[in-house]
Amino acid sequence: MEPAAVVTLIAVVLVILALVFYLVSVILELRKITAGLDAVIGSVGEILQKTEPVNAVVDHINKDLSAGTDLLEGLLDKKAGQDDAAGLVESVYPGAGASVLARQGRSGEVKNIDVVYTPGAVQLARLGRDSPLGVGAMSGAALRDARSSSAAARAIYTNPSGPVVDEPGGPAYRPTSPTIGAQTEPEAAGN
Amino acid sequence: MTLWWIGNALLLLVIVPVVVILLRGVLAAAKDTTRAVDRLQPVAAAASKDLDAVELLGTTQEQVGQTVAVVADYGGSLDTILEDA
Repeated sequence: MEPAAVVTLIAVVLVILALVFYLVSVILELRKITAGLDAVIGSVGEILQKTEPVNAVVDHINKDLSAGTDLLEGLLDKKAGQDDAAGLVESVYPGAGASVLARQGRSGEVKNIDVVYTPGAVQLARLGRDSPLGVGAMSGAALRDARSSSAAARAIYTNPSGPVVDEPGGPAYRPTSPTIGAQTEPEAAGN
Repeated sequence: MTLWWIGNALLLLVIVPVVVILLRGVLAAAKDTTRAVDRLQPVAAAASKDLDAVELLGTTQEQVGQTVAVVADYGGSLDTILEDA
């Protein structure tokens, strides 16, 4: 056999050996990959199974919360008016007033309600002094204490000197401060 | 004969190294993939375990419904008590 033929033969055998070694190694690696993916696919299946109801549940929760939000915003709109409603929400959650305006289909600057909301204070005062609930407590079964349940609201939002007794069981009479000095009347000074 | 030797030289000096380099690249990629899959297994298992709390969403849904119903009741009472603007 000629030397050139021997060299060719050796080169071909080398190529074949390299192919066999590397391809077998690749096959072994691919088998490991297959086994690993088989293990992973089980966990992925669990993830899919566990997350399947999430969309429906979250949609339902969002729907409930949206209904609650609409209800409260509607009530706020009705009671306070659209301008004041956005301002009230803004005063509690800074930045949220614009969203209320957007849901009302309006735009512009949110009204600044400030710390004391006068219409709300008036409502509280009315609840304390003139509301049917407050009156009803005196004549029938006790719904609430007509004399003291609204004391705090009356003390804050009405005349601090208080109304005089104008009906049985009405608000307590609160005397004025005694006059002291040269102009004091004799009977007052004697007291 | 000279051409045969040139062919042999090309085979040994060019073809064999190129074949080996290419095959080593394929093997390296396969080994990288194996390592990635090995790292993926604990992550997938942990993700699956983390999602165990998803079952509680049913309770959350129920509680939200009840809360909104209570809020609606309060809203109705406030609507009656408070005067409109």
